[in-house]
Amino acid sequence: MTIDMSQFYQVFFDEAFELLAEKEKLLLALDVAAPDSEDLNAIFRAAHSIKGGAATFGFTDITEVTHMLESLLDRIRKGEMALTTEHVDAFLAAKDILTMQMEGHQHGSSVDQDAVDSVCRRLKALSLGQAAPAVEPAPAAPDAAASETVATDAGPVADADGNFHFRIELPVVPQRDVEALASELGLLGTISQETLPDQRVAFTLVTSEGRDNIVAICSFVLDPDDLKITHAGGVPQAAAAAVASAPADPGYAIFEPAKPEASAQPAAPAAEAAKPEQAAGEAKNWGRRATDKEGGSAESSSIRVGVEKVDQLINLVGELVITQAMIEQRINALDPIVHERLLNSASQLARNTRDLQEAVMSIRMMPMDYVFSRFPRMVRDLAAKLGKKVEFVTRGAATELDKGLIERIVDPLTHLVRNSVDHGIEMPEKRRASGKNETGKLTLSAAHQGGNIVIEVNDDGGGLNREKILAKARQQGLPVSDAMTDGEVWQLIFAPGFSTADVVTDVSGRGVGMDVVKRNITAMGGNVEIHSIPGSGTTIAISLPLTLAILDGMSVKVGEEIYILPLGYVIESLQPAAVDVKEIAGQGKVVKVREEYLPLIPLYQIFAIEPRFDDPSQAITVILESDGKKAALLVDSLVGQQQVVVKNLESNFRKVAGISGATILGDGGVSLILDVAALLRSSHQLNTDTIFS
Amino acid sequence: MSYTTQTQTSLEAAGDSAGSEYLAFTLGREEYGIDILRVQEIRGYEPVTRIANAPDFIKGVVNLRGTIVPIVDMRIKFNLGTPTYDQFTVVIILNIAGRVYGMVVDSVSDVMTLTPEQIKPAPEIGTAFDTDYLIGLGTLGERMLILVDIDKLMSSDEMGLVEQLAA
Repeated sequence: MTIDMSQFYQVFFDEAFELLAEKEKLLLALDVAAPDSEDLNAIFRAAHSIKGGAATFGFTDITEVTHMLESLLDRIRKGEMALTTEHVDAFLAAKDILTMQMEGHQHGSSVDQDAVDSVCRRLKALSLGQAAPAVEPAPAAPDAAASETVATDAGPVADADGNFHFRIELPVVPQRDVEALASELGLLGTISQETLPDQRVAFTLVTSEGRDNIVAICSFVLDPDDLKITHAGGVPQAAAAAVASAPADPGYAIFEPAKPEASAQPAAPAAEAAKPEQAAGEAKNWGRRATDKEGGSAESSSIRVGVEKVDQLINLVGELVITQAMIEQRINALDPIVHERLLNSASQLARNTRDLQEAVMSIRMMPMDYVFSRFPRMVRDLAAKLGKKVEFVTRGAATELDKGLIERIVDPLTHLVRNSVDHGIEMPEKRRASGKNETGKLTLSAAHQGGNIVIEVNDDGGGLNREKILAKARQQGLPVSDAMTDGEVWQLIFAPGFSTADVVTDVSGRGVGMDVVKRNITAMGGNVEIHSIPGSGTTIAISLPLTLAILDGMSVKVGEEIYILPLGYVIESLQPAAVDVKEIAGQGKVVKVREEYLPLIPLYQIFAIEPRFDDPSQAITVILESDGKKAALLVDSLVGQQQVVVKNLESNFRKVAGISGATILGDGGVSLILDVAALLRSSHQLNTDTIFS
Repeated sequence: MSYTTQTQTSLEAAGDSAGSEYLAFTLGREEYGIDILRVQEIRGYEPVTRIANAPDFIKGVVNLRGTIVPIVDMRIKFNLGTPTYDQFTVVIILNIAGRVYGMVVDSVSDVMTLTPEQIKPAPEIGTAFDTDYLIGLGTLGERMLILVDIDKLMSSDEMGLVEQLAA
């Protein structure tokens, strides 16, 4: 059978990356003092699967590393060696190496061979150095395993080819597992199978591998204690060879625990994947399915669908909701007694539509775990580097958030977590001195609150230093006063330029790039709040809308036109007294709000609308804030507050200055969403002729 | 959207030899034709949402089943006919390279099939459209259609519907 192996590479990479991620997660969760054998087994299985896949595709470098990893893990798993943090570190390093090697194979990126060698040496040293004195000859004698030589067991007699004959009696297991085992064991040598009188199955295996390898493989499926392995002595080689030819097929390993119609199996996916239209995209699907089956008999529980299909669905449902609202409006005008049944049906429709909308929206949602899972490692490494002790806790990892947002939250969150470890949590000595537990606690939590998701980064460190921040702000020429509330002071660290490393260094230092964090989050329609208590820690709370597609908006009216203001920018709205509005020659007007003069942005003037009021004391001003700049937007009246579905204006039109998007109102009409950040930027240079001309 | 584009191209390939179909519409007293495959649908005029500081001929945007579509009034753009908006005003919804536009015209008459022989090169004079945007003149019996290269026209700088790359 000739198969172009390269078409399965993607499958292997997808699967291997998943396994590596899984492995890292398990390693980090491992309790070094009392490791859970189930976890160790899982880590071993991950390494073993990667090794199998890599060997299949001829990625020998990956095979080498995984092999060493596997041997070491195997010994720990069997209790021949005690797990130490040193091991965990080495395993994590090996994981990084494997990732690098795989990327090397996948994208042709460079592989740091020195790093590979050093990790290999480390693994080898661990498996040799500590093993020799700790465990005596022991039946397994796996020192040799590192060099993949024949394991020497006391009992068995090797035949002429250096092969052993084992008879393996299985306990009662499902037929599927038997087949899976048969094919797995078949990789070691030649295997034959017989059914015992009591329906159990026994294998006869001729292999050069040791007994331990057999146990290792069987432990994938069943408890090794239930196994009965004996040395069968001289089973006729011919009989054994006649049976399974599975190992001959190199395409096999990756699909291994799939329904094993033995060697016929790989041919099917090969044929299918070979169809031209399936090429790259489909290869991923295969990867998915292969891994799903990996977990035993679990049915594939997810499908991959293009984002544009989902978005189309969301659009259509949005449309349905509007249509439904229109019908409802019409029907409400009817006599409820005469049209009772129609009204009942309509309310049923309303319910169904709402449910449908929720269900469709949930398709785009992903659990926060996607983001959270990358932090334990980062925190661990960072803490080790800084010599701090940090306990990392995540809460609400199952909380769901729009895929688009989840990808964009990673960077700001990474920044915040790093800041917390770096500057928030103090050194162990200092913590002890202040009567705290030496180990700092960093909590990352996510929860739904109304239509928003709130993500909190909390540390029990030293907290922010008000005086230092104020001093620094003064030095930078920011308008500050001692009377500012704590909340206002904390917001200062978001000020652009407040972010040089030498700022508030030792105590809090949270300045580095905080303006970027804030800007990113604002761009997502969210906001950031800081709570800090000196000496007992800081909490940074990010509040985001559940999806990019929906925005909390305030609708305002100017003349006959309705515009939407993203609520995140709105501070307050008020009707200024005539005396508070001052004209500055050639510079437009300013309005005095709480002892502060804010530039007045007359929306009617910018958008050339005939307003109902052009006198600010009759109209309404909405105070907006973005990037620390404030301004007062002059509108005729406030209409209401509602969640709107954001539509892109540029998909069919060009960018319009001052407009960030559009939305569809309940009556089917279109309303434009104001680009507040741009309006505010322009307000500072607003002259009589607008910048939009 | 991508689906539509796909079918368009495949149909185009099939229709080349047998002649192409054009949608005929009028602006003022002139009769124009555009490639039928660029037409998504024909609708009545409905109130638009004005876009501030946009040129006159861009009437604004409407909601077309969840898509925000800009509406261009060709009568204003080319100074033809009288821009009135009533229940007889016609909007041709175009789908050009996945982007959707609405185009207001005086009226839509029919669909005509023209073979390559029936299409003559456009003279340098005489129409409201720049000859750059013309494919040619189509003749069918007594009628003469001014065939407009709608792709080129709609994506032109002049219409200002598409973000032009800074050059």
